[in-house]
Amino acid sequence: MRLICNGKTMTIRDGMSLEELIQELELNPDAVVAECDGRIARREEYATSILKDGMVVELIRFVGGG
Amino acid sequence: MLTIAGHTLKSRLLVGTGKFSSAQVMREALEASGSEMVTVALRRVDLEDPADDIMRVLDRERFLFLPNTSGARDSDEAVRLARMARAAGGGDWLKLEVTPDPRTLLPDPVETLRATEILVADGFKVLPYINADPILALKLQDIGAAAVMPLGAPIGTNLGLLTRFQVRIIIEQARVPVIVDAGLGLPSHAAEAMEIGADAVLVNTAIAVAGDPVRMARAFALAVEAGREAYEAGAGRRLEMAEASSPETGLGFLR
Amino acid sequence: MQTTITNPVSSCLDSSCHDKKFSGPDLAVLRPLIYNCRPADVAAVLKKKHLSSDDLAVLLSPAADLFLPRLAARSADLTLRRFGRVMQLYAPLYLSNYCANRCQYCGFSAENKIVRRVLNLDEAESEARILADRGFGHILLVAGEAPARLDVDYLVELAGRLRHRFASLSIEIQPLSEEEYRRLFQAGIVAVAVYQETYDAAVYARVHQAGPKTDMAYRLDTPARAAAAGMREVGVGALLGLSDWRLEGLALGLHLAWLRRNYWRTGLTVSFPRLRPAAGGFAPLAEVSERDLAHLLFALRIFDEDLGLLLSTREEARFRDGMVGLGPTRYSAGSCTAPGGYGEPGSEGEQFSIGDQRSVLEVCQALKEKGYDPVLKDWDATFQNFSAANKVAA
Repeated sequence: MRLICNGKTMTIRDGMSLEELIQELELNPDAVVAECDGRIARREEYATSILKDGMVVELIRFVGGG
Repeated sequence: MLTIAGHTLKSRLLVGTGKFSSAQVMREALEASGSEMVTVALRRVDLEDPADDIMRVLDRERFLFLPNTSGARDSDEAVRLARMARAAGGGDWLKLEVTPDPRTLLPDPVETLRATEILVADGFKVLPYINADPILALKLQDIGAAAVMPLGAPIGTNLGLLTRFQVRIIIEQARVPVIVDAGLGLPSHAAEAMEIGADAVLVNTAIAVAGDPVRMARAFALAVEAGREAYEAGAGRRLEMAEASSPETGLGFLR
Repeated sequence: MQTTITNPVSSCLDSSCHDKKFSGPDLAVLRPLIYNCRPADVAAVLKKKHLSSDDLAVLLSPAADLFLPRLAARSADLTLRRFGRVMQLYAPLYLSNYCANRCQYCGFSAENKIVRRVLNLDEAESEARILADRGFGHILLVAGEAPARLDVDYLVELAGRLRHRFASLSIEIQPLSEEEYRRLFQAGIVAVAVYQETYDAAVYARVHQAGPKTDMAYRLDTPARAAAAGMREVGVGALLGLSDWRLEGLALGLHLAWLRRNYWRTGLTVSFPRLRPAAGGFAPLAEVSERDLAHLLFALRIFDEDLGLLLSTREEARFRDGMVGLGPTRYSAGSCTAPGGYGEPGSEGEQFSIGDQRSVLEVCQALKEKGYDPVLKDWDATFQNFSAANKVAA
């Protein structure tokens, strides 16, 4: 199935969880904020949030700034 | 000691974490600054470079994070970023930045006021970044801002305290800490802000792009301390003012 | 400069800023700050642009007496730049001289056997018409403090009748609750004057023997309640002659600074009533000469450039003429302090005898001769959004 992550279209396997996606992208789930279809996901929910076809995912983290 | 929203800080220098040449230099400069509160921004993870993570070098035990909403062009975007920051573990602290003009990066007063109202109600400790507008500063305090952050000059210009006259008014009228933010390019600018009574300053560009950021960070730390000492010594309230040179006023009518 | 100058006075201000009420300063604490000043301290303060309340103490000190011409010059300069060559004129309209209080110094004290009168609404309107015909745009409705004789309902009704005829209506009556002030604001009253009389708690208790006025704290909180209710302006003042005018001046400065801090939308004015002969023959407890009054006025002007400063007809014409341009911004003229006195001159039961007995025309003429523009109308209440009363943040 396909979804859009950080503006890029990706093909992922069905049934993948948000946490798995984050880990597959080589990111630390604790250091990343995830927004799925405009809704901020709670950290506890990462493992149980199953991604859906056509979903828009934003992965955000802290960076340097003034 | 500076107290903002119930939290006490020994250092009155806040430092931004952007524009540094490397995470390593940033870490050393922050160390040299003596700062206890640093700003961070929120951005999309660069999926091409997942390892680039500022959190690896920023010690959260040592620095209180002040997430900013840089990039937000209106209150909706700012509120969204604020909530993300909280979800990212940023706590309730927030530097509210709403800058619709990417050229000047000047803050939008209307959207800032709107966002402050929403975020205060949502439990955030809001520190709004504003132009040095005394009425706006009062209104933000009225609705619960934890501090106000008037600019000295537009972000990145390093022009110093161009807004000194209005900042002084803001300081006189303030019921919350006043943190001069943006435009301070030299330690002497920071010292001036402190001399006129600012509670703290926030510096980013001037340190990050200096030839030797670590040394510059230390210079700013010293300047902030010097300025505060001068203010508390009473010098801040003296200004050059020519005495009204009118002839002897006739008071002969008094009985 | 004194070493501990920053703390006692400013901390009095700072600590009361965190409270929702202004806590009256302890005059005993203020005393050394004023009396320990030396001439060098005064010279230093006069060089400053922004004065703290500590600096006000210096300007009120005996050491500053020698600097009176310089205080006058500075006050004149600040007043000119901020207000221009203008004097706003107003007239008091005494509605009633009934009073529930027994203030030793006042002609209206319940103890005094004077002819008592309260104007009914038609009579009040008739008096007001006389003032309107004289050209006044701003009038001050005054009454002794007797709610049984003159209450909020009366004022609401009267305001309704008068508001279209005058640019603004102010009141000087008994302290009211915030809700009552809100009602009056909706009805068209835009400013409230309430004088603390004295900030000296011991003296206050002594001269206020009976009646609601004995509650000093309630009176002290009154300007804040009026401001919270949305009044455009609040007027404060001390009755000079009850206690040490220098201490009263500093207490006034603190009160004003607190009001500025907590009610930034509200305009502030200060009046300088000075004890004059009245029924009951009360002798002032403290000396306050014209020179002292001028000194106090100059010091407050230097402390806060934006204050409206009022001199009433209690003072002599010569004094008031001399003060034009030096600090005051509002003068009453042609005043009568007895209810019904405009329609029936010579009416008995006045609050105090008039020092400046000139007509409004004569006062205008005198002002013009000094190069000043007498302003009878400065603001029009039709611009006022009265529903703003509900939006003011306390």
